[in-house]
Order: sequence, then C-alpha cells, then structure tokens
Amino acid sequence: MAGQTDPHVSLFSPEEVEFMAEDELVEIVPNMNMEPLNFIAGDFGRFIPQIPIQVPLWLAVALKRRGKCTFRPPGWLSVDNLTQVLEAEREPQSKFQALPFSYVEIARLLFDHARDDIPDMYMVRSLVEDIRDVRLHKLENNLGTFLGTSAVKMENVSAMEVNLVRPFARRALEAFYKHDKPEAAADRGTRSSRQPREANDEPRVKPFTLPTHLYFSF
Amino acid sequence: MASSSDMGSADFESLSSTSDVELLKRAWRNEKAAPEILPYEGDLVERAKGQIELVEENIEAYVENGIDPLVVSLYQMDLDRTQFLLRSYLRVRLLKIEKFMFHSLKSEEAESRLSEQEKVFARRCADDLAKHFEESVLRKLPENYQSVLKQSLISEVDDMVPEPHLDTFVACRSNSHFTLNLYEEGESTQTEEMYRGDLYFIRYKIVKGAIESGKMDLI
Repeated sequence: MAGQTDPHVSLFSPEEVEFMAEDELVEIVPNMNMEPLNFIAGDFGRFIPQIPIQVPLWLAVALKRRGKCTFRPPGWLSVDNLTQVLEAEREPQSKFQALPFSYVEIARLLFDHARDDIPDMYMVRSLVEDIRDVRLHKLENNLGTFLGTSAVKMENVSAMEVNLVRPFARRALEAFYKHDKPEAAADRGTRSSRQPREANDEPRVKPFTLPTHLYFSF
Repeated sequence: MASSSDMGSADFESLSSTSDVELLKRAWRNEKAAPEILPYEGDLVERAKGQIELVEENIEAYVENGIDPLVVSLYQMDLDRTQFLLRSYLRVRLLKIEKFMFHSLKSEEAESRLSEQEKVFARRCADDLAKHFEESVLRKLPENYQSVLKQSLISEVDDMVPEPHLDTFVACRSNSHFTLNLYEEGESTQTEEMYRGDLYFIRYKIVKGAIESGKMDLI
C-alpha cells in the first residue's frame, strides 16, 4: 500500500498480553500453611504443605518469589512432549501444533522464576525457543496466500503470535478488502459471464509474514 | 450475575461460572480491540467498584491487625490487578470518546452506549472543541463554510465528523458452536461454521453482532 506510515504498534503491548496470560491456572506445591485467600478473582483454598493446589499464574509466581512454594510444571512443558511438537512443526506444509494459547508467556514466566522446578530446564528452554522460531517462520511464509479472503482462520496460533501479526495482517486484509469491494459490485451485474474469481473466499489457515523488527525476543 | 466467590477458571473453556474479574477482563479486551465504542457495562463496573472498595477496607484492617504481611501483599496484588482492569477499561472508552466525539453524540443509538458520566464528558468536550474551532478558524471563513460538522452548506451529510472504521479486521475467538454469515445482508450468503475455540481474522462489521451477544470474543 503506497503512502502508508510506519506500522504502528499493536493494540496490546507484550506486557498486556502477559497480564492476560497470568490468570491461567497452574499447579504448585506449597511448603507452608496458609488460610484460604478470598480474592476478587476467586477463592483459593487452604494451603497445606506438600498438597498440590491450582492457582493463577500471577499468584504462583508471587508465592514462588517469596520461597513459599514450588511449581509443578504443566504436562505440555516436558522434553518429550516438546520434542514431539517440534518434530511435527518442522514437517513441511504442516499446520500449527496444538499448544496452550499462552504457552509463550507461561514458559517465559516459569523460566524466569522457577528454573529449578523444571527438569532438564536448558533442554526445555531451547526446545521452546526452537518451536517459536519454526512457528514464526511458518507464519511468515504463509502470509503470501492471503489474496482477497474475507476471513482468515488461524488454528492453534498462540496469543503472543496473534499480537505480533495483528497490525500487518490487519492492514493487508483491509487493503485486499478495499480493492475487492468494487469488483464485487461489478460481479453482481455480470456474474454468469465472469471468470471465477481467482481469490478463494474460504477462510483457511494463513501464516503471516512478519517484518523482522517485530520479532519479540525471548 | 456472577458473585465474587465463584471460583472462576481462567481457562476460556469453562463457561459455567465466571467471576467478575473474568467478565471485566473480557470487557476490557473487547473494548481495546474494537474500532468503535461498545455498550457500557454499567452493572459490571458498579460491582467491580464495590468489590474494590471492600477489599481496600479489608486491607487496611489487615494491616492494623498485624496480619501476615505476605497475605496482605497478596491481597494487594489482586486488588492492583482488578483496579488496572477497571481503570484501563474506562480509559480506553474515554480515548474513543475523544476520538469520535461528534459521532457519538449524533445518534440516539450511539449515545446510549455511553454511561451518564461519559455523556456529560462527551458533551462538554464537543462543546469546547466546537467553540474553539469557531473562535479560532470558522468565524473567519466565508459564510457557507462555518459549520463544525459539515464541510460546507452544500454537503448533505456531516462529512467533517470522523466515524469509527468498522471495516477493520479484528482477531477474534469463538466461544460456542454457531454459524456465521460471512457477508452482510444482501450480499451472497456464505456461512462458516464456528466451533468453540476457533480463531479468526475477520472484518469487524461481520462479527459485531456475535460479540455483543457473547458468542465471540476479540483477542
């Protein structure tokens, strides 16, 4: 689109995306006794030593930082699972693998605060980084297939990835829509004689191209 | 109405019991991502305000009674989070009001989306801005061009009023299973099955109804 100004920053800052992810429930094992907490966000039950309990991520991090608990890493954050996911992502032409919507934020917070609670932490971390790279690369390659769609379905794309891609994808889709619209009006008049439109209006999985300066560094 | 003691699961798949914080988060997210002002969630804001005040009093009481500072700081964190959501929600709305000042006062429908205080704010803003324009520029223009709302007296519509860009594309996620008409009324009806948890980039106009009825969320 000629004459565009710099791509403006996305609607949500990375901090806000993290804020939204912090409500995800994770499992911790407290090492002290505490009465139930009646938060506005909900009630979180008695804390008894060695009894696992589910709490929001922000609460878990707060407790961990004060040395009051240890994390039980979520099932998907294991070397086995991540290796599988990475293999599948690396398959050419594959779709995005199923990962928790906020996997980037959860992984990042756990690496920052709970290194000792994750077995094989370095391996896990490098796997997550690799997975992110592969997915972002996939997002890039697939943007080219946009061509005048009215909706784009994104399967298994995570929150942070959506946020990264949002400004560019939005402007691209808007541009296509603007240029397609006058054609649509002409379409109605000459539908039978017209060639079928090259652009397929079915929503499909679209990877997006990312300008490199928008890469969110891990 | 969800009470504050519901154990609201943050996982978007649980629709059964949603805490006020969840609802507030949803309202905040939708408001941020939408190009126009959404209807004001008056009840939710009142409830949230009430709970925040209650917790503030509790925290003061805890500090006085010498409750474990850890517990106090945790309550404070929860309070901060909720306050942030509420404040950001109201601020995003104010930003949009400022942006589309004249537009939101033009029609009954647009005005009905604002709260009473927002309406007062919008009117004052619009009056001040109109006065400012008149005094600094418009009085000095030839007669036909003196309106704040129209480019000239020949214009049929208020073309000096910026309107929200409803054709913008938004990222959204479906909360339930339903079919969505991909085109507006009168154009070809192509529908798409939306299953719970599907993510889409779609034109805002098309999903507007679904968002207001709660079937989809903006993300």
